[in-house]
Amino acid sequence: MRRMEGVTYLDYSATTPVDPRVVEAMLPYLTERFGNPNSLYRLGREAHAALEDARERVARSINAAAASEVIFTGCGTESDNAAIIGIATANGRSSGHVVVSAFEHHAVLEPAHALAKRGFTVTELEPRPDGTVYPEDLEAVMRDDTVLVSIMHGNNEIGTLQPIAELAKVAHAHKAAFHADAAQTLGKVDVDVQALGLDAMSFSGHKIYAPKGVGVLYLKRGTPFAPQMLGGGQESRRRSGTQNVAGAVAFAAALEIMDEERPREAPRLAALRDRLVEQVLSRIEHARLNAADAPERLPHIANFIIPGCEGEAMLLHLDAAGFAVSTGSACSSGSLKPSHVLLSIGLPPELAHGSLRVSLGRWSTEADVDAFADALVPIVEKLRKMNPLYEKTIAALTRGA
Amino acid sequence: MYSEKVMEHFANPRNVGVIEDADGVGEVGNPVCGDVMKITIKVADDRIEDIKFQTLGCGAAIATSSIVTEMAKGMTLAEAAAITKQQVADELGGLPPAKMHCSVLATDGLKRAIDDYLVRAGRDPIGGKILSEDPDFDPHGADDECEV
Repeated sequence: MRRMEGVTYLDYSATTPVDPRVVEAMLPYLTERFGNPNSLYRLGREAHAALEDARERVARSINAAAASEVIFTGCGTESDNAAIIGIATANGRSSGHVVVSAFEHHAVLEPAHALAKRGFTVTELEPRPDGTVYPEDLEAVMRDDTVLVSIMHGNNEIGTLQPIAELAKVAHAHKAAFHADAAQTLGKVDVDVQALGLDAMSFSGHKIYAPKGVGVLYLKRGTPFAPQMLGGGQESRRRSGTQNVAGAVAFAAALEIMDEERPREAPRLAALRDRLVEQVLSRIEHARLNAADAPERLPHIANFIIPGCEGEAMLLHLDAAGFAVSTGSACSSGSLKPSHVLLSIGLPPELAHGSLRVSLGRWSTEADVDAFADALVPIVEKLRKMNPLYEKTIAALTRGA
Repeated sequence: MYSEKVMEHFANPRNVGVIEDADGVGEVGNPVCGDVMKITIKVADDRIEDIKFQTLGCGAAIATSSIVTEMAKGMTLAEAAAITKQQVADELGGLPPAKMHCSVLATDGLKRAIDDYLVRAGRDPIGGKILSEDPDFDPHGADDECEV
């Protein structure tokens, strides 16, 4: 199952298909148990019970101290926005210092930029070339008026993991709150919000085989927070709006499946990723793995630079050959600029244009990886042959190596 | 996003390569911005007898290069130099707004090759303004920036 007609899907970081077991779990809450969880009659009480059960199950998975620390939202972007703006502007605050890493998802960068327009000072902290933000680098930019630090748990384009617990300690030493975007890490690595020392963390359902349209914001009890969604006061007044009960149930079911399968699935994906990296680097001259020296990385993402080829051209040829991959984050695919993530780790734009992200998942196989490499080799040869600067590019790379 | 004709020219580009003993050569673009085009032409009786291209760039960059060579082949130099970015885009069944700069590069590459031929022959250039070298030319559309 999950074999789409004519397509080998290798873009699981963009989105995942909904697991049939998740569909089964959520289906009753779209049909016969469709009640509004805020209604007092039986249908409503059933929906409310399912919602609270889902909340408890998510809280248990991420080791929240209380189920009430789990807020259901509409997506990971909403969770990020709510955390960044909600924490920074809590208690009517309209100024202060906010730190984000420069390779955050736009769902973090954009609200940070919005805060800058509202009177806050924002520092975009550059990761090092290994795709990691180091605690001493964070320490160097902290200020007396820093109110919030947001650094992602795992980068969505290059797959590097950040030392979140150590970074949170730095923030707390300066009395700043700490938020991490965990859209790419939930279910793939252990996420324990208490062990990591977090005040807030953002999650997305469609990255964990639940449907699009449901997210979670973990908000530690006592964290000052100004809600962005106002209305009926749902989610303990922190996110108004009728809850997506079926989505919440799906989220909990999907997360439990990932937790249960992770001991087998994470090493399987890491081995597949390593096989992919080996094939691409050994078969395509001058290909590079981005952030190859990262101390820790996610098991399912590999991001390559293929010098002499432009990313979109590779993507379109791969699509014609039946492979779905990305040239960076899916959200950037409408943009013509090279990935801000790749620029932030020091890649020059002329190389960053030639990036390719492959992300593996539940239905990826060795045959998929091998077939991908088989397809990529002639595409690269074709594009390089068409590139008027190829010889110069390689000569410059060889000089720089 | 792309018309069928763009995809067809991207997948099966016409006139790819380099004319080794070219009469005129035009190279435009910048790898920092992601697109570079090189057009070589062979001229006889002031007509483009043969034309080839090489391109580093996206789907639209390759497709516009391909179509402009098809359009220009057999034209007089004056006719070819007058091909506009809109004609290139129209011939491809349209381009997304953010990709219109690719049609500028394609026509610029052609103009430069024509002028190169004319200057080599001791004549006045006719290609006109190279739009992609205008300080106000934004290769990535209004919302994007590219430091050249």
